Amino acid sequence: MNLVELAFVLLGALALGAGALAVTTARVVHAALWLAASLAAVAGCFLLLAAELLVWIQVLIYVGAVVVLVLFALMLTRAPTGPVPGAPRARLIVAGVVAAATAAVLLGTLLGTLGGERIDLDSTRVGTASEMGGALFSGWVLPFEALSVLLLAALIGAIALTRRLTAPAPSRRRSEEQPADAAGSTAGHEEGSGR
Amino acid sequence: MSLAFPLAVSALLFSIGVFGVLARRNAVLLLVSVELMLNAANINLVAFDAWWADALHAGQVLTLFVITIAAAEIGIGLAIVLLVFRARGSSDLDDLGILDERADVPEPIEADIEAPAAIEPHEVRA
Repeated sequence: MNLVELAFVLLGALALGAGALAVTTARVVHAALWLAASLAAVAGCFLLLAAELLVWIQVLIYVGAVVVLVLFALMLTRAPTGPVPGAPRARLIVAGVVAAATAAVLLGTLLGTLGGERIDLDSTRVGTASEMGGALFSGWVLPFEALSVLLLAALIGAIALTRRLTAPAPSRRRSEEQPADAAGSTAGHEEGSGR
Repeated sequence: MSLAFPLAVSALLFSIGVFGVLARRNAVLLLVSVELMLNAANINLVAFDAWWADALHAGQVLTLFVITIAAAEIGIGLAIVLLVFRARGSSDLDDLGILDERADVPEPIEADIEAPAAIEPHEVRA
């Protein structure tokens, strides 16, 4: 085992340990932060596999944007910061059995067929920004453009989903339904203050 | 470097993601587990790119596309989770057993706008 393999094993162990904590920890905010640690370790694995541009994209998009988005979503859904009860034990056992079976199948097929191969890191072409740009805009232009349309659709979709369509409705409700609704809203306020 | 190390890491990371998808109760943390599974696939793509010494960099370009699609997926997914939370007052997947709009919570959206002081009506479990 040379130095590169040792570094890869350490980074891989870090990614796996942080990932395992992200799916098992009882505190939901800690799960998002362990996800950031796991994704950063995966970025280190990319670096050892000569994917230079992907390291920066991984750090920018995943560790930066996606983790912050997850933390925002946890805040907006008012997730508790303390420990929360997990799934029932029966479901944990089923999930563990399915995950172990998945790992066995994947490890068996991948290592059984390709486990003996070696990556020649001296002859491989490092994926620098210029190298990746050349590949992207020579052979992958059409998928690239299709992805830009997909991102635009996702942007519009996210805005359309979370927009509050009831913006003019409350004033109309207040002016028109105030007399009929007074008893109900008073009861609601009492219930709210009682908590 | 032996190809076995990236393959083993990606297979184990993928099964960790499978465990998280099956065991987590919070919808946001389910999306976190899906991200772990996507990253396991990315490690495989990058490893095969380096193994093949591909001039067109198919593996790394596809990894770039997967990262893009994952960003779009988590944006839409979190928007849907937020919408479900607004409509039902919970992001616990065990509570979301019905598909129709018959929520047992009477219009928490209105309460959200008009009375910000009284907006902690439900406990959220993970």
